[in-house]
Amino acid sequence: MTSILTTRRGLLRTGATLAGAALATGTSGLLVPARAKGIAPTPSMRGGSNNYLPDAPIVERIGGGGFWMTGTVRRAGDGAPLEGIRIQIWAHTTEGHERDPHSHGATLTRADGTFRLEMPQIVPAFGQPHGHLAYDSGDFETVFLRPVMGSASDTSLSADFVLQPV
Amino acid sequence: MGRMRAVLAWSVFAAAIAVPVAVALSSPLLAWRQPVYIAAGLAGILGLAIILAQPLLAAGYLPGLPTPRGRRIHRWTGAALVGLVLAHVGGLWLTSPPDVIDALLFRSPTPFSAWGVVAMWAILAAAILASLRRRLRLRPGSWRLAHMLLTSLAVIGSVVHAILIEGTMGTISKWLLCALVIAATAKAFADLRTWAAVKRLKT
Repeated sequence: MTSILTTRRGLLRTGATLAGAALATGTSGLLVPARAKGIAPTPSMRGGSNNYLPDAPIVERIGGGGFWMTGTVRRAGDGAPLEGIRIQIWAHTTEGHERDPHSHGATLTRADGTFRLEMPQIVPAFGQPHGHLAYDSGDFETVFLRPVMGSASDTSLSADFVLQPV
Repeated sequence: MGRMRAVLAWSVFAAAIAVPVAVALSSPLLAWRQPVYIAAGLAGILGLAIILAQPLLAAGYLPGLPTPRGRRIHRWTGAALVGLVLAHVGGLWLTSPPDVIDALLFRSPTPFSAWGVVAMWAILAAAILASLRRRLRLRPGSWRLAHMLLTSLAVIGSVVHAILIEGTMGTISKWLLCALVIAATAKAFADLRTWAAVKRLKT
């Protein structure tokens, strides 16, 4: 009756079953609170708001274009894509400094929560080729992002927002 | 032979400074920068060049400039380095105030900023200490130790700062200049028996 527990193989099998059960419980135990919490809001990045000029106009493209800033905007918690969200973009480019008003522009997200705005080529400034993006329209918490390009020769850069309703 | 070595030493020294400066001055990035930003960057590169000259002058390595004369020039170039550091930071401040404020407050997203600020404070502290050396009546051993610690921090900070930056300097000439700076500093400290002074201080 108890012979399966007394053989070495039996002991190993029992141990493995117990460990498997513990692992399964443990994993789901970790996953449940994570799922309940949902998709966390994106925090602002350090230096993200540097040289921000509020209320950049919505434009077809910034300057002559040739470079694409892309990204997505979703709602914190359920991760639903957000449409019509105004994203402001600026950078040091071949056509101007971060502080120049003509280096700034804004665009709106589409129904699927994506946005893309053409702008001049970003060039390295202050030690890194980087762009700035802002969500600062009031319905959600303000977020400033400062993505860095993998290479100065890249012709696009992307940044994703998860916004927390206020 | 001696003359040949002197010419060679000065040629290497001049090239180590002139080549990185020339490469930086031909950088395509300059086309998209304002004069004040270009000047600020150049002040940083010239500062690094002086950081190479400082140990060479202090230890009398440059032919024709043995220790007493070299030391005198070392003081003047040290003062020039302070001026270049202030021009570097001031020019960057004019170019983009929030980026420089972030750097000075150690909250910049770019690690090289913190290294640069540490080097700046070390250079300023070394210069202030040097100007107060007589008044403070520092013992030679204490002075050497303090000057070595501050300038080591300045050298390490400046080199890491320069290496991490994606800017107008060319990669190869920048690395070579930085390697020479480290080598010259290490050799000068070894030859000047700074550690011997430290040991004497302990006993």
